Amino acid sequence: MHRPITILAAAAALLCAGCAHVQPPQPWEKAELARPVMRMDTDPLESEFFSHVYFSKEDSKGGSGVGGGGCGCN
Amino acid sequence: MAVTVGDLAPNFQLPASPDPQSGASNVHLADLRGKVVYLDFWASWCGPCKQSFPWMNEMQSRYGKQGLTVLAVDVDVHSDDARAFLAELAPGFRVAFDTQGVTPKQYAIRGMPTSILIGPDGKVLLVHNGFRTDETADVEAGIRQALTHMQN
Repeated sequence: MHRPITILAAAAALLCAGCAHVQPPQPWEKAELARPVMRMDTDPLESEFFSHVYFSKEDSKGGSGVGGGGCGCN
Repeated sequence: MAVTVGDLAPNFQLPASPDPQSGASNVHLADLRGKVVYLDFWASWCGPCKQSFPWMNEMQSRYGKQGLTVLAVDVDVHSDDARAFLAELAPGFRVAFDTQGVTPKQYAIRGMPTSILIGPDGKVLLVHNGFRTDETADVEAGIRQALTHMQN
């Protein structure tokens, strides 16, 4: 009778741990992450343009950096 | 624990490119005692590492006679990845291969590349993270300083 509850509890405990046991890679283990295919953006030039426009538009709240400017100059 | 200045550099033995004098295909850090060692951790996938090779070549040829040994440890998991890299950059210093990542762990390096300057007494004189052309002058000054210790 108690078995399903025990199993459920064990499963819940496992789920709670999530990815907590996964260690981030060490600096010398980043070969796969360094591959071009692992980039978050598809085209470096495009993302450069995008961030330039974004920064200009959102300058009052600090653009993509920290803090707020407000002068509108960059 | 990261290796810091003043520590005794952890010893290791790794397969390496043949020694120009003895032809040995292993490198033992302890055998380099009495020399100033510029130990560099690099990988073929690391951009700044690539940039650092011509500079390390320059250091080896400029200060080799005065007792500097550049030793570059490749941390590529597949040494084959390093082959094209090495063919292109033609290092004039010894390259060791650590596919298991034992030595970077030993030295607990924080980034790629990391270089460690070791004095003739085997103690760490300088730990440098990354490679930037505007920082090379400082590292070279460190090397020169270390070599003056050796002559005394």
